[in-house]
Amino acid sequence: MKPLRKLFKIRGGVHPDDHKGRTAQSSIEDMPMPALLHIPLQQHIGSPASPMVKRGDRVLKGQLLAHSQGMISAPVHAPTSGRIVGVGNYPAHHPSGLSVHTITLQPDGADRWIEGEAPPTDPFALEPEEIATRVAAAGIVGMGGATFPSAVKLNLRSRYCLETLVINGAECEPYLTCDDRLMREESAAVIDGIRIMAYALGVKRVIIGIENNKPEAQAAMQAAAEAFPEIEIARLPARYPMGSEKHLVQTVTGVETPARGLTADIGVVVHNVATAYAVHDALRFGRPLISRVVTISGGAIRLPKNLRVLIGTPIEELITHCGGYSETPERLISGGPMMGQPLPGTRVPIIKGSNGVLALTVRETKAEEAMPCIRCASCVKACPCGLVPLEMANYIRSGDLEGAVAYGLMDCISCGSCAFVCPSNIRLVQFFNYAKGELTARQRAEHTQNETRRLAEARTIRLERQKQAKREAMARRKQAQEAAKQAKQAAEARAQQAARTGS
Amino acid sequence: MSGPVSGPHAHGAISLRQTMLLVMLALLPATLFGLSIYGWPAFNLLTVTIVASLLAEAVCLVIAGKPVGIYLKDGSAILTGWLLAMTLPPWAPWWIGVCGALIAIVLGKQVFGGIGQNLFNPAMVARVALLIAFPLEMTTFVAPKPLFTESAPDFVQSLAITFGGGMHIDAVSSATTLGFVKTELGRHNPLDGALSQVFDLLNGFTGFMPGSMGETSAMLVLLGGLFLLYRRIISWHIPVAMIASITLLAGVFHTLSPEHFTGPLVHLLSGATLLGAFFIATDLVTSPVTARGQIIFGAGCGVLVYVIRSWANYPEGVAFAVMLMNALTPLIDHYVRPRVYGRDRKGQPLVYKGESWERDSEASR
Repeated sequence: MKPLRKLFKIRGGVHPDDHKGRTAQSSIEDMPMPALLHIPLQQHIGSPASPMVKRGDRVLKGQLLAHSQGMISAPVHAPTSGRIVGVGNYPAHHPSGLSVHTITLQPDGADRWIEGEAPPTDPFALEPEEIATRVAAAGIVGMGGATFPSAVKLNLRSRYCLETLVINGAECEPYLTCDDRLMREESAAVIDGIRIMAYALGVKRVIIGIENNKPEAQAAMQAAAEAFPEIEIARLPARYPMGSEKHLVQTVTGVETPARGLTADIGVVVHNVATAYAVHDALRFGRPLISRVVTISGGAIRLPKNLRVLIGTPIEELITHCGGYSETPERLISGGPMMGQPLPGTRVPIIKGSNGVLALTVRETKAEEAMPCIRCASCVKACPCGLVPLEMANYIRSGDLEGAVAYGLMDCISCGSCAFVCPSNIRLVQFFNYAKGELTARQRAEHTQNETRRLAEARTIRLERQKQAKREAMARRKQAQEAAKQAKQAAEARAQQAARTGS
Repeated sequence: MSGPVSGPHAHGAISLRQTMLLVMLALLPATLFGLSIYGWPAFNLLTVTIVASLLAEAVCLVIAGKPVGIYLKDGSAILTGWLLAMTLPPWAPWWIGVCGALIAIVLGKQVFGGIGQNLFNPAMVARVALLIAFPLEMTTFVAPKPLFTESAPDFVQSLAITFGGGMHIDAVSSATTLGFVKTELGRHNPLDGALSQVFDLLNGFTGFMPGSMGETSAMLVLLGGLFLLYRRIISWHIPVAMIASITLLAGVFHTLSPEHFTGPLVHLLSGATLLGAFFIATDLVTSPVTARGQIIFGAGCGVLVYVIRSWANYPEGVAFAVMLMNALTPLIDHYVRPRVYGRDRKGQPLVYKGESWERDSEASR
């Protein structure tokens, strides 16, 4: 037994009811093959993937459907074998419900794998860069919900001297148990994926942070990591937002990431446990990321479950598989209740970053009318970032977004701790997200304006220069004509003179 | 689907109304004690003050065009009236309560924009205004006459005291500890001997002495305060800073000159010190929002209380002290903020001296 890691305190945070008991004891179950899969081309942060198939094509399981474009992007693969029945637009897994570029695949039921290159014999014999390349090719993105392409983070080695890999198994969002189950049922595979990532990053130390409300996962991971002295398990107090990247790193290493910076600035890279599992799958078996574990829960779900779901499976099929609704949900959420986003409907597909689908009743959301702020400072105590949410909201309410920025708006991680504890039910995060969006829009508008001005000025200068050139050319021509005329006259005069003298 | 787009889609258990209810619950023991030792007149005054507060709040809400039901139910008007009554002489006539309630709700709270917007603690605005306008009624205290004892007025008599032409002041009046101290010092009498006539440690603690309706029982006020701390409605910063600064100042001056300055225990157990420290200075709306700000605020209240009691004309200074510090709250909140994550106290991103994990851009090429 390894000694327990000393932990460091972070400020703020809240203790929501974790509701994990609904699904913590249900093993991961394979979701039956759906009738249609809708695979969006953008399931990650960065540029969307570019489609390589067209309607009517037959594809095999694991075949590349769309390749990544640009530095920050990720490819998507066929979750099963079948026929492409559409390359077009389909409602996105996003609160807006807008349509996005999506490939629709009709499974043929054979579920036949593509004949790929043989998986490597030993990932540890590969060059670290090669591991990142394969992770990129497998379309792996941060599976805790952030969906940042994982390979980009594995390549940070070239820019930073990395010391520590922190694995995020905190799963601090209530209800969600997908990471918990994965750590319990696939601990060896997860540890293997972690070791491959540690090798790719060139770090000597790995810390796996798991909250104390998951003792079985802690024990399973501890046992699986026993043989590897570089891996430590950190038993984290159950407190939201323990899974916030920078706060997790501070809890286990004691070092605070500078504002506006990356954890890499302090020599640390963070990856999620589900990402580690996907890396294991990709490097050991050559399998791309085509499925993930999703927790289907909430008071309105009759039989809450943890399901292994193919990417692209419509959410309505998951809900039906979980026995449907026991009552009409007040809200349908993608992700956890603290930072998850409402879903516009049940037609939308599961994507790489979906860790949960929650159908919450009004008793769970406790949605009430907002009352005036009584300056009780609960939000100040709860904020893990040391902000004064009530003052920021006051500035935003009065339209002074710069005032809110001066109070630290851009350091807000939108964790929702403030709104969770607000006795007046003020939607603080809504204020902050609005302000952040508005500021981005303004910045973009300003940028557009500046660009337009720059281009217009350049055009004026260019036109002026052209005119000038024309004028000069004209003047030159005139001069040349003049000179030619004079020359001609002179020549004629000379000729006449010559003729006269000659005669 | 309706509802906001942003999370969280869950909420902590406690609401604004529950917060107010818990504060009332914390006030209950001291209130019941006050009612029992000062009898029916105290009950009348408390009722009148609370009813007047509710009516004033309702009228203001109607004028402001706000939904009356929701805002009345939040409990803040009841609490304001209640807190004000706690600081009034228990046998004061009814119009003291009504005037106080009007001042508190209309001038102290609603003209600022209602709940959460007021700069000063409404109950203290009212108390100070009453003290200045009606000094006689506001400083006429009675000795405890516990309910159902022979000396206590019955309900009918109490109606005459509260609603009648006023009480027979001379027959019942009795000095508070702080009032007595002020008078004795005014007569240039040394304190050490005289004080024992009015102040008894045990009575000071339990509350069997003349004073305002809900201020006398240090024990029960403290109990309520600890309950608020336990339920995390208030944090320890303001009460501890306030009590500590009073104790420190009183201790120092009492040691230097015991015949002119009373000791810390007298200061803590008499007047509104504890009620002020736990229920009035900690008023959420009018106190700073950060821990450090609250310590500054609490210490400031304590210093002002001591200064007013010792050197100003009034024997008691909690209301003035809290109001003066209320005026400083916006200033404190502007300058005292928590350190933002990843930044130093000046707001600049943290820099780790001598340590850099970024590879030298030249070397990597």
